[in-house]
Amino acid sequence: MAKYLLLKHYRGGPQQHPNSRSPMDQWTPEEITAHIDFMGKVADDLRERGEFVDSQALAPEGEFVRYDGEGRPPATDGPFAETKDLIAGWMIIDVDSKERAYEAAAYLSSAPGRGGRPLHEWIEVRPFLTEPPVVE
Amino acid sequence: MIDNDLLRTLTPQVLSVLVRRGADFAAAEDAVQDALAEIVRRSGPTPDDPKGWLVTVAWRKFLDAQRSASARALREVAVHREPPPGPVEQADDTLLLLSRCCHPALTPASAIALTLRAIGGLTTAQIAHAFLVPEATMAQRISRAKRALTRQRFDRPGDVRAVLRVLYLMFDHAFAGAGENSTDTDGVDLAAEAIRLTRQLVASVPDDPEAAGLLALMLLHHARRPARIDASGHLVPLEWQDRSRWDTAMIAEGVMVLQSALALDRIGEYQAQAAIAALHDDAASAEETDWPQILEWYDELARIVPGNPIVALNRAVALGHVEGPLAGLRAVDELDPGLPRRDAVTAYLHERAGNHGEAARLYAAAAQAATSTAERVHLFKQAARLNREAPDVA
Repeated sequence: MAKYLLLKHYRGGPQQHPNSRSPMDQWTPEEITAHIDFMGKVADDLRERGEFVDSQALAPEGEFVRYDGEGRPPATDGPFAETKDLIAGWMIIDVDSKERAYEAAAYLSSAPGRGGRPLHEWIEVRPFLTEPPVVE
Repeated sequence: MIDNDLLRTLTPQVLSVLVRRGADFAAAEDAVQDALAEIVRRSGPTPDDPKGWLVTVAWRKFLDAQRSASARALREVAVHREPPPGPVEQADDTLLLLSRCCHPALTPASAIALTLRAIGGLTTAQIAHAFLVPEATMAQRISRAKRALTRQRFDRPGDVRAVLRVLYLMFDHAFAGAGENSTDTDGVDLAAEAIRLTRQLVASVPDDPEAAGLLALMLLHHARRPARIDASGHLVPLEWQDRSRWDTAMIAEGVMVLQSALALDRIGEYQAQAAIAALHDDAASAEETDWPQILEWYDELARIVPGNPIVALNRAVALGHVEGPLAGLRAVDELDPGLPRRDAVTAYLHERAGNHGEAARLYAAAAQAATSTAERVHLFKQAARLNREAPDVA
């Protein structure tokens, strides 16, 4: 088994599919409900298969912070420029293969949006670094 | 197998006996936890006097710990302190214990965790689960809190206000999290815990109208909880809730508790908030809400906690219902633009004033700034609903 981080983005990443360009407030309330229910179903299905580890949604605002010298308050930068990549949330899964991780990411990306059409949202898939093997 | 509810009722009683005998609070709490673990592990019938049994075992554990901490010097003290056998003390020390766990030297998060363990009788694992942190993290939070307390002096029960604040935050945390963990069945219901602890506090300080006010406030909100989340786990605002799903028995109890608190004629913020909740609970439909009385209570609340921006914001909603949405909007105009939920309230008032385009824009902005997924989704749906109705304006 190997763990993968599936990242959803508010913005950033490759060119968006036309279906994922409409902001949520331009959908119908029923479409929003269907979308949220689908996301819940993805997590439930992964749980059912014994693959779900964790998931978390993130607020769209945030800042970069760094050490700015002894006795000085932390330095900050942000809110981020519109062009910067912005993570919306993550899901962590524990699966048998990279192919299975991609399949799960594609499933997540098929969530319905406006008009009930799949969003085709890009999901960033990042393998966890693992511990060195015990038996060499 | 001993009944878990009984154990949880006995936990604070046993702890208070040890503390009253002079045991340091932190060491006594550890000893009680050890004794609880032992009675759960124990096979055979439940002791006839489980409280007496727990006190005896906890006291022995406490002495053992003291002995091993500094062996010889303490042994004589220990022998000296060994109490005579016989029935254990019955005095109610709930306030004494609560005011230790809710000491102002602790952060609210630490105070809540310590209260749930030492008085609520929950395990560290259950508390960790409720706050979605690893058990080791929660164990550390609790032991740091206890260490902070050993530096404080306790001669008499502390401030009831500090205890009320911690219990209020515990209850509020449960509500903020509702929706996202609604499928969680093995978890701890923090709202129910907060109500249980507040009941114990009220029994211990029956003449404090604010303690009763807080209990009433909790009951009057908790009663609506079945209607607050719909079948698919989405947030339903008060206005649209199916009121037949409210717990009428709980509302009746809340109203009764509130009335006896108000009869003491010492008004406070929890009583005022409970009165507002009671007026909402009393309306058979959203249209029948007695907004003029609610506005009066918001005016009262604003006198009790002057300058509180959240009260001012909620008052603007009530004003919008009594004097019209434009009056509400004028009241919101005077508030800090960065105030949380200001956009959502402004959107609501604009919608009532018929400015659907502006309302939709503000609902979407409020959704972007929402601090929970449930609220975020709800606000996007509000924006979407208005954009559907008036697509040209949007």
